[in-house]
Amino acid sequence: MSHHLPEISDEPVIAEVIAHTNFLVSTGATGTRFLKEIRDNKKIMGLKCPGCSKVHVPPRLHCPTCFVKMTEWVELSGKGSLTSYTVVRYQEPYMPKEPPYAYGVIQMDGADTGLAHFLGEVDLDKIKIGMRLEPVFKEEREGSILDIDYFKPSS
Amino acid sequence: MAGRVGIVAVAQTKFEERKDALHSAELMYDVTRDVLGQTGLEFKEDRTGIDCTTVAYFDLFGGPAGSHMHLGYIVGAYEREDERVTSDGALAVYYAAMQILSGHCDVVLLLSHNKESQCQKNQIEWVGMDPVYQRRVGIDFVSAAALQAMRYTTKYGITPEQCAKVVVKSRKNAGNNPNAMCCDSLTVDDVLRSAMLCDPIRIQEAKPVPVDGACALILACEEKAKKITDKPVWITGLGTCYDHHELGWRELADCGALATAAQRAYKMAGIKEPLKEFDLAEVSEQYSYQELLWSEGLGFCGKGEGGKLIDSGKTQMGGELPINPSGGILSGLPVCVAGMQRVVECVLQLRGEAGARQVPGAKKAVAQGVDGPAGQLQCVITLEN
Repeated sequence: MSHHLPEISDEPVIAEVIAHTNFLVSTGATGTRFLKEIRDNKKIMGLKCPGCSKVHVPPRLHCPTCFVKMTEWVELSGKGSLTSYTVVRYQEPYMPKEPPYAYGVIQMDGADTGLAHFLGEVDLDKIKIGMRLEPVFKEEREGSILDIDYFKPSS
Repeated sequence: MAGRVGIVAVAQTKFEERKDALHSAELMYDVTRDVLGQTGLEFKEDRTGIDCTTVAYFDLFGGPAGSHMHLGYIVGAYEREDERVTSDGALAVYYAAMQILSGHCDVVLLLSHNKESQCQKNQIEWVGMDPVYQRRVGIDFVSAAALQAMRYTTKYGITPEQCAKVVVKSRKNAGNNPNAMCCDSLTVDDVLRSAMLCDPIRIQEAKPVPVDGACALILACEEKAKKITDKPVWITGLGTCYDHHELGWRELADCGALATAAQRAYKMAGIKEPLKEFDLAEVSEQYSYQELLWSEGLGFCGKGEGGKLIDSGKTQMGGELPINPSGGILSGLPVCVAGMQRVVECVLQLRGEAGARQVPGAKKAVAQGVDGPAGQLQCVITLEN
């Protein structure tokens, strides 16, 4: 006995699923202090580990190496050197700038870690590891890492 | 290791840009049925079959399949034990081996699946960045990898040609692999002429996106593995290591986490000279430079010598240690599935069932899985027949 089933189209049915959601993330006591110094005083602060003495930027609650709480705040000039960079040439909806634009990892003087941020006021073809940089702050600041507009070449 | 863990069956789909005609469940069912058929095992409650299923899946990739909640029944989890590893599939192999070594299970079915065609890979990975600093400035896994590539190639003088050779080798090897997605015969010039994606990474130096596919395997304790198959492949060593998430807190030119994970696995397995002792490696290179950097972390050469290693020809098919005879991730594998599929490929090689991509007489292999930005989380698994 045979069953005759209707022919099924080769064209698959695709279900569009949209999932938008917003996150409100606490920056915690450490992040709040760091971001408020940037917002209110245009100062970049690091946290020094009482164990290994390394100064961490952006600061976190504890040193991942020594696993002790870091409480000693250190003010940095914001000037530093470029340890790596890239130029973004593809576009995604979450990007805060129009490509092409550059990211750098900036190791600030007096810090033992680097901060990943934008590079600006620079020819994208002339970025070099080791170049000296300084931060440019936004005029209107809201308590975000984006209050630093970018790092630009400094003499 | 207290008792050995054997891999007794492996299966994989063909990897393709889009599998629009298949629901994820259909993709998963095919590989599940395949490994069950190879072993004659079924899902049982009385320790005479599969004791547990463990699935590697990154929640967000599913969109509709968040936390895999509506897909458990496909892998036999209905009214049964179901475990998930929300990370790369190599981590799931690690986890399943621990399930068996602990005595909690004797036989575990493992599966990983992903349809990148159904989601926005870069956007999902971007959500994986810390929300306060790196995500805020828009750094995703592509730009994180590019920052690592720039640091690595600059610090050690790795040339664009050396990176491009990785892609050429992968695509050539993929020509021997009927499951691979991309097996076009690219030249170094073709790679270097492709458009820049994120300096210094060119489009042809990045993993193809999207890729759809799945793989599965069955792990068993030593006693049962020997009964289930006459060709078990033994897991001899396992190691994982987690690096800083903050890119600026790491020396991006070195892969300390991978070196640590590898040393943990090698210590268990008694491996002292990886380049000589392994017959092949299946590594997770989502970008060309990564095969060179991971080669350093895996101890196939010294720090900064990844470029010289590919120049030497030792990692080509027929060389001392072929890397990615399958064609690797650069020939097209979905994230999450990639690390588990590295293990599947090693098993096929160690059983002498790798067809045209077979490394003759392979006895020992190493598989590497990776998750997070710029190789943050590393997993190394050593295998032997």
